[in-house]
Amino acid sequence: MRKVWDLIGGVHPPENKHQSVQLPIGVLPLPEKLVIPLNQHIGAPAKLLVATGDRVLKGQELAEPTGLVSVGVHAPTSGTISDISEYPIPHPSGMAARSITLIPDGQEQWVDHVGIDTTYSFQDYSPAKLLEMIRHAGIAGLGGAGFPSAVKLSPRKAITTLIINASECEPYITADDMLMRERAEAIVEGVQILSYILGGPEEVLIGIEDNKPEARAALEPFVRDTHIQLVSFPTRYPSGGEKQLIQILTGREVPSGGLPADIGIVCQNVGTAFAVQKAIYFGEPLISRITTVTGRACATNRNYEVLIGTPIAHLLAHNGFDEHDCSRLIMGGPMMGFTLTDPDIPVIKTTNCILAASREESPTPPPSQPCIRCGMCAEACPASLLPQQLFWYAQSHNHERLEAHNLFDCIECGACSYVCPSNIPLVQYYRASKGEIRKQAQEKIKSDRARARFEFQKARKEQEEMAKAAKREARKQAAEQAKAMTAERGNKPQGSEDIVKAAMARAAESQTSPAEQQARLERGIARAESHLHTVEKRLETIREEGSEQQQEQARAAVEDARRRLEDARRKRAQLDEATGSPDTDKVMARLQAGPRETLEKKIASCKERIAVTRQKIADSDDETLKAALTSGLEKQQAKLADAQQALAELPDNTPDTPVTRETTDAAANAIAQAQARAAATRDLPAEEKLRQTVVALEGRIEKARAKLDEARAGESEYVNALQAGLEKLQDKLLDAQQQLNAIATQPSAVDDDSGDAASSAIARAQARVAELASMSEEDKLRETVTSLKSRLEKARIKLREAEAERSEHVDSLRTAAEKLQVRLTEAEQQLAEYHP
Amino acid sequence: MALLKITSPHAHTAQSTASVMRLVLLATIPGLIALTLFFGWGSLINILLAGSVAVFCEAAVMHLRKRPVMFYLGDNSALVTAVLLGLALPPLAPWWVVVIGTSFAILIAKHLYGGLGYNPFNPAMVGYVVLLISFPVQMTAWPAPLPLYAEGVSPPEFLASLQIVFGLPGVETVDAFTAATPLDTLRQNSGLLIAQLYEQDPLFSLARWAGAGWEWVNLGFLLGGCFLLYRRVFTWHGPVAMLASLSLCAALFYDGGSSASHGSPLMHLLSGGTMLGAFFILTDPVSSATSNRGRLIFGALIGVLIFIIRSWGSYPDAVAFAVLLMNFAAPLIDNYTLPRTYGHKKSRRATEKKE
Amino acid sequence: MIELILQNPLIAALVALVGLALVFGAVLGFAAIKFRIEGDPIVQQIDKLLPQTQCGQCGYPGCRPYAQAIANGDAINKCPPGGQSTINALATLLGVEAPSLDAEHGEENDVKTVAYIREDECIGCTKCIQACPVDAILGAAKMMHTVIASECTGCDLCVEPCPVDCIDMIPVPQGLSDWTWDMPPPAEEQIKAQRHPAGIIATDRGDNAA
Repeated sequence: MRKVWDLIGGVHPPENKHQSVQLPIGVLPLPEKLVIPLNQHIGAPAKLLVATGDRVLKGQELAEPTGLVSVGVHAPTSGTISDISEYPIPHPSGMAARSITLIPDGQEQWVDHVGIDTTYSFQDYSPAKLLEMIRHAGIAGLGGAGFPSAVKLSPRKAITTLIINASECEPYITADDMLMRERAEAIVEGVQILSYILGGPEEVLIGIEDNKPEARAALEPFVRDTHIQLVSFPTRYPSGGEKQLIQILTGREVPSGGLPADIGIVCQNVGTAFAVQKAIYFGEPLISRITTVTGRACATNRNYEVLIGTPIAHLLAHNGFDEHDCSRLIMGGPMMGFTLTDPDIPVIKTTNCILAASREESPTPPPSQPCIRCGMCAEACPASLLPQQLFWYAQSHNHERLEAHNLFDCIECGACSYVCPSNIPLVQYYRASKGEIRKQAQEKIKSDRARARFEFQKARKEQEEMAKAAKREARKQAAEQAKAMTAERGNKPQGSEDIVKAAMARAAESQTSPAEQQARLERGIARAESHLHTVEKRLETIREEGSEQQQEQARAAVEDARRRLEDARRKRAQLDEATGSPDTDKVMARLQAGPRETLEKKIASCKERIAVTRQKIADSDDETLKAALTSGLEKQQAKLADAQQALAELPDNTPDTPVTRETTDAAANAIAQAQARAAATRDLPAEEKLRQTVVALEGRIEKARAKLDEARAGESEYVNALQAGLEKLQDKLLDAQQQLNAIATQPSAVDDDSGDAASSAIARAQARVAELASMSEEDKLRETVTSLKSRLEKARIKLREAEAERSEHVDSLRTAAEKLQVRLTEAEQQLAEYHP
Repeated sequence: MALLKITSPHAHTAQSTASVMRLVLLATIPGLIALTLFFGWGSLINILLAGSVAVFCEAAVMHLRKRPVMFYLGDNSALVTAVLLGLALPPLAPWWVVVIGTSFAILIAKHLYGGLGYNPFNPAMVGYVVLLISFPVQMTAWPAPLPLYAEGVSPPEFLASLQIVFGLPGVETVDAFTAATPLDTLRQNSGLLIAQLYEQDPLFSLARWAGAGWEWVNLGFLLGGCFLLYRRVFTWHGPVAMLASLSLCAALFYDGGSSASHGSPLMHLLSGGTMLGAFFILTDPVSSATSNRGRLIFGALIGVLIFIIRSWGSYPDAVAFAVLLMNFAAPLIDNYTLPRTYGHKKSRRATEKKE
Repeated sequence: MIELILQNPLIAALVALVGLALVFGAVLGFAAIKFRIEGDPIVQQIDKLLPQTQCGQCGYPGCRPYAQAIANGDAINKCPPGGQSTINALATLLGVEAPSLDAEHGEENDVKTVAYIREDECIGCTKCIQACPVDAILGAAKMMHTVIASECTGCDLCVEPCPVDCIDMIPVPQGLSDWTWDMPPPAEEQIKAQRHPAGIIATDRGDNAA
């Protein structure tokens, strides 16, 4: 006999197991519907593979595992998926989760499934292959927690001991007991597979409580010539807890917060071993399990092989359930099971027992009395905790002390609550406290993140502020410098506007092309000439009637203008020398060649790449790689086509090239086009650009009209949108034409053709400010009133629409309209007061 | 169908606080019988009087605190306090002594601290010490045990006892029946060897092991204590540690039975309130240490304190003082004696945040 | 010298006391250096206890400034998002009585909320983005905005600036993963619940006649 160690603590609740072992494992008729929750295990929910209305075959995968810690679910029978929605699931909270509803068709038609080839043994397969089979069979621990078995069977450390948990220490439950009595051979085969997958641990132990002699006797003949040992130990709850069983069988303890694998042990339930055998030998996924239906509120107490997803009401209905005598409907045993609030909840992979307890069996618990710290709970605790102290600190929410008293080592077995003479629901206190602590830890993480984000934002804002200040400083300095320079030149101080202009001109000069510089200089000369002209004129008039001083000033101005003209002329001469040719057209032509060259280069590189890729395809013999390369090649070819097309279009400079929609890479195409267009337009003078824009806009309007007509003919729903687009385009066209006219009439005024949008914006803003400044208070008010009126009108229209549609935003719109009305009256009143 | 949503477990033992308290009350019966046999009806009267006062006080407090009275009376805890106090008080003590002691125990020592489960001190012992300090004369007047009575003289009958307790005229006062206790005798001994004392003093010469009457009372409580141990109402750690440390101290200072000796271990074990203290007072779970290791320390230190106070203190018996002093120390002991939890290499302190 | 001390009890006492004072002073001084605890500055400790919603309901522009203010002696009951538990934790840290929440700064809300933008009403004004203290709102000018729910602290600072009132504070839905058991009700309530099985909860606490 192998030595067994003592379980620390523990209790002896009445076993109540004999009722359900009188009859063999039964099979129930198919229920009307099966409800299969997507998450029946610990880990990520499975990913759906079917849709409502699909017909599925028995054993077909309905959802596949996502990620490592996850298992799939399979159709328990053939039928039709009628619904995929939130459905109450077996969980203490009574909450709902995504589930598949399957209406059986009664044909029990299996999907194609094969196990390992029977001519070979499972040892001829690699453990990895067998693990894959287990993973795809949807096997999660059948003992209670439902941890994905494949994950548990691929530990990081070497395993020395495999323990098969056949303890079944909870009262009432006999599912494992009956399984061992009736399917002993399959279980032992399953254990051997598990042992093989784990690399042949030194010891393989099946731990059975000594209250199951029949099960032991059934297993004995099959383990006789194997390395598997059957170990019996005294019956005491909770010997079937994983950590407790390890202690009983090996005398070792799983480190706190660790896994059995950390000490070289893996624990699996007998039910899991059976499911593994079915998966490996026959390729059958986990679609049914043995479940005990017991309790005095049921006339028959018995074990059934139940399809996963069978509503509990179906089980109860076939066992003479007396709902009037039932005080609690419990899934699991009386010590750790949870109550169900809805008998429609389905059986899942971890459902080992349905206990319909009568009022006599589990009466409503009496109110709890004060804790007298009698210490019976500490005697019963299998983890050597001090439940009375934990209770004390749980009541006062003293989380620090709870953790110091190792609350998280509590396995929630319920032994303490069971013995408590004061009827205190201790386990509930611990569960609630654990929840509180976990929640606080999460909130702590969240608040830390919030703090980091807040601090980052603060730092960012400071930096922005500093950058702004630095810019301001730089600008101020530049202005001062300019002032100083003009002062040096001996001129009277000019307005800051001039300084800015000078600075901008300098900046523009340094960044523009020779052609532009030339053009600008030309314009500058023209301007200087005209300026000289006006100054001279003024001098004439002043000479006739002005004072001495004025004359002096005017003369200085003329001098200045002359010098500037000379300056400009000299500069132009310099530029001509530098570029070698005064011919502007030639410069422009050279610049325009730029995009063409880049395109040509691109084409060349594309061709080269295509050649390389073709070579690679020819060389490689991997199918997937080949496919990837081919798709890459296609893309390259598309790019090449694009580039060639762009090149072909380039000389025309037509911005409105129709987009070839067949090309796979439309975006790249568009970008290339836009770049080409930008390159083409960059160097054009403003007038030219505007003209192009006008042409382009005309083209677009033409197209838009065509489309609109088409849409109207097809009664498309986009007619309105198209109409609006067209109008916008027409507006733009009008705008562009006006601008063009303006340029044509006063070409010298256009000095922002360099593409300096900023300066034009500044100019516009300045103009607007001037306009506003010049506008009287009255005019301003009047304008406000008109704008408010138009806004009110719009708001009213919206409101009417919303009312017609009975939109939920009617109220907010109405208040908005009312607000506008109030503001309008206010403005009108002000206007009236201003001008009585 | 009204399906309850209750947390597990869904099964429960038949044991309740009331039944635990009932067991404790039952276990005092052998000791009470011994007391009544050797010291007359006084203890029974004490118990009845203290019991009714305790129940009345408890009900009054519950009413004042607006709690359901019957629910809280049902736990029998007030009765246990009263019975223990009644057993500890000298038989035939005046009624007002009992009333003051009991009401102090229930009102001040128990409910002022929050009621059952929250009192840091053993209420019965608080009541006892208050009486001992306030009324030393009444509290040290123990009737003589039965074997010491002269031929033809008998201890008072039940009615006479009642008259004595309530101070009614017509009977002799309690002084007529008092005699020194073994511990008193030993304290006052100067010059006699222990062997001589045992021969000369009838209190010892008429006894089998340790002191006439007293030895049987202590054996009665020992029997009751063993019954409670058998029923697993408490663990062995506290009582055994206390008795062991007391015996050890007595053996160390026995001094071969010289005139300076403080008495034999057997005498210490079977006299005074040793057994009552060991099995009924220091096992009070509310005010004692929590873990088994803690209870070992708690019990051992009580044993040491009892011996120190008995030998060198100014009071002849010391169970009440020793227990109260150790009640003070219980939280500290708890802090350092957490059991080693499953999966941990060693036990940690209750104030430790991290291992 | 020794004789003088021995003969004069006053001097003897003085010498003894001064000697003791010197010895203990030295011991204390040594202990203060040897066993000094390198702890966080108090502001940091306070800041750690605050909920970091950065909502400004306390009257300070964020949690850290409020922590600074508490360290400088401000009241500890100005944080509604933290609620009583935060006040208690602060009181424990600072060793003072825990006051109840100052209603002037708002009420404690048991239900956690996050901001939600009704996106089809959003006009893309970016005002909420500027108001958000933790950069939990995404969007650009004239584009609709949206809240990153996992980063939102529920401070509701974005609700006020919205010109079209399209931001709602909606309670965070409870999922299976964050469901926990509640604490059992106190014994008195259990007794009442049993005495009135029909579910009528007696409000009369004086009802104690058996």
